[in-house]
Amino acid sequence: MAGVIRAVENPKLSLNCLSPDEIRQIHQATLEVIETVGVRFPSKRAQEIWAAHGAQVDFTTGIVKAPAHLIEAALRQAPPVYTLAARNPQQDLPLDGKHVWVGTDGCGVEIIDLYSGERRRSRLQDVEEIARVADALEAVAFHWVALSAQDKPAHTRGLHELAAVWRNSTKHVQTESIYNAREARAAVEMATVVAGSREALRRRPVLSLMQCTAPPLAHDGGSLDAALIGAEAGLPVGFMTMSACLTTGPATLAGNLVVGNAEVISATALIQLAFPGAPVFYAAAQTASDPRSGAYTGGGPEDFLFGAAGGLLADFYNIPISMGAFATGAKQPDWQAGLENTFSTLMASIVVCDMLLGVGFLHGSRIWSYEQMLMDCEIYEIVRRVLAGIEVNRETLALDVIRAVGPGGNFLTHKHTRAHMRELFVPQYLDRRPYNVWEEKRDGPRDWARARARKLVETHCPNPLDPAVARELERIIASEEAEKATHEA
Amino acid sequence: MSQELFDAMRQSVIEGDPDLAATLARKAIEQEIDPLVALNEGFVPGINYVGEQFGLGEMFLPELVVAGEAMKAAVAVLEPEFARRGTARQILGKVVIGTIEGDIHEIGKTLVATMLSASGFQVYDLGVDVPVMKFVEKAREVNADIIAISALLTTTMVRQKDVVGALHDSNVTAKVMVGGAPVTRSWAQEIGAHGYSEDAVGAVAVARHLMGLA
Repeated sequence: MAGVIRAVENPKLSLNCLSPDEIRQIHQATLEVIETVGVRFPSKRAQEIWAAHGAQVDFTTGIVKAPAHLIEAALRQAPPVYTLAARNPQQDLPLDGKHVWVGTDGCGVEIIDLYSGERRRSRLQDVEEIARVADALEAVAFHWVALSAQDKPAHTRGLHELAAVWRNSTKHVQTESIYNAREARAAVEMATVVAGSREALRRRPVLSLMQCTAPPLAHDGGSLDAALIGAEAGLPVGFMTMSACLTTGPATLAGNLVVGNAEVISATALIQLAFPGAPVFYAAAQTASDPRSGAYTGGGPEDFLFGAAGGLLADFYNIPISMGAFATGAKQPDWQAGLENTFSTLMASIVVCDMLLGVGFLHGSRIWSYEQMLMDCEIYEIVRRVLAGIEVNRETLALDVIRAVGPGGNFLTHKHTRAHMRELFVPQYLDRRPYNVWEEKRDGPRDWARARARKLVETHCPNPLDPAVARELERIIASEEAEKATHEA
Repeated sequence: MSQELFDAMRQSVIEGDPDLAATLARKAIEQEIDPLVALNEGFVPGINYVGEQFGLGEMFLPELVVAGEAMKAAVAVLEPEFARRGTARQILGKVVIGTIEGDIHEIGKTLVATMLSASGFQVYDLGVDVPVMKFVEKAREVNADIIAISALLTTTMVRQKDVVGALHDSNVTAKVMVGGAPVTRSWAQEIGAHGYSEDAVGAVAVARHLMGLA
């Protein structure tokens, strides 16, 4: 059914991978790092906010050392629950600690072309088409900008991408590719047009901003400025650490959590100091670098544990979390991709990470694959059903039915069977056919996923933007481009 | 007697101990051992061993990096002695390296710099957020063979192309190699870069290739 979004809801399974005492130890270590080692905030505006609140700021290095009480008091201002708004209000996403919502992953640079099968550089049309397919899928609740629109100028690329997603989907957009003050102002202006007014945007944020930290223990100045501008307008903002054991973090998992946590909570505290009560979220996609090459792995046991640990830390701070999952390092949609994406999704979902990023990528979030996207959605559906657990009551115990069928009979024709059979999982991308059928056709899940993606690209018609709104978005982008041209002239 | 010192030098690189490597290099100078001999008989066998073990998957990246640091520390001590004696260590080539303007991502670039320097290149690391013309000026100043440019953002990656253009306009003939998460082989080709690698170990092979070495 079009428009429906499927979420993990109140999972029956639970997981205790860190005890409350261990969480407190990580928290205390984090506060000590922020207070004594400091975190780099290379933004004048951020430094002034910190200084005004009594943190120790080195204006030369940009390193901020903030006392524990300042961080803790700031974090207490953050709202624990709020809603990500969608163009279609029925697709609003409550971040209430009870749901897991899945997004598309981002922001990659290449795509396996849906028709030629060749790997090529990404362009704006890909952003449009991926948004359209995501709009149609029940597993996908919101968008990240999946691919970089590399056929558009670098300084307005993020804006073109935003408009492209809005043109092709009614779901919430969380962008991870707006990371300077100028683009953030324009993005807020665009979101204001989509929402209707500044006030409407504050009430119903149709856009949220995700910024990457620069581990270890640093931020990017443009990202900080962009986040402050977003928060000022009422957009939910989050800071994502990707600190990795061995390279940008200690080799030990707990140590890497401390480094990442220091980045995330210091920036989150900054937002609260500037705009108390602004909606914020925790974000993490931590992993271990490969010991032999230093490469980003996007999978492996460490990665999966980080998926759960991040959720528990965000619970401790009582704010929503956006968690990196589905980040396989596989080069093709293969067994590695299946294994890594299943584990990462399962672990992050059990602890109810509010937002999971995201479906569709290969090679550590660099190469988009529609096949992988659809198979990731199937992984999510399986996880969703596993987490729903087993319902036990009079009806499900089915004693009357068992009595009626008795020894040696079968349940196929019983009414109870027909009443409940549609609750059972029916795969789209698992091969359960007889061997000889496979032998004749020699096709499989990747072929089926590709066919479905083609069909959606060709036939799905998303509810269009009001033409006046679409024109206004284009006008904002054009005026940004004109301004840049004037500066250069 | 020198053999004992050479063994210790080799070991200091294998164990990745820059302080010890520097101390042993000073000891060689005090004992008036030819610095070229100290380098080639003492430290180089250490880095070669580590390289081999790394290639076999037996040693890990951090061990390779600290071995590189130890090597660098030893060379820093021996360098003035080469000058004093009017000799020189063999340098595979001069590399100017940095992360492009607008981009503060450092670790990948630093890793490549360490690997290149440990492999016998003379490396001039300009750090991060490096303006296009600074690459050109430094390359001209040191008569660089290779310019290595890192970028982690798709929006800063485009400036790698500007460096290639500026080098051309300035008649600087150094070869260009590019890297960073969003950088691909096709991008490198499109902007006219001469080399591309996805990781630091591969970057050494590319740099050697650009110098016409195996």
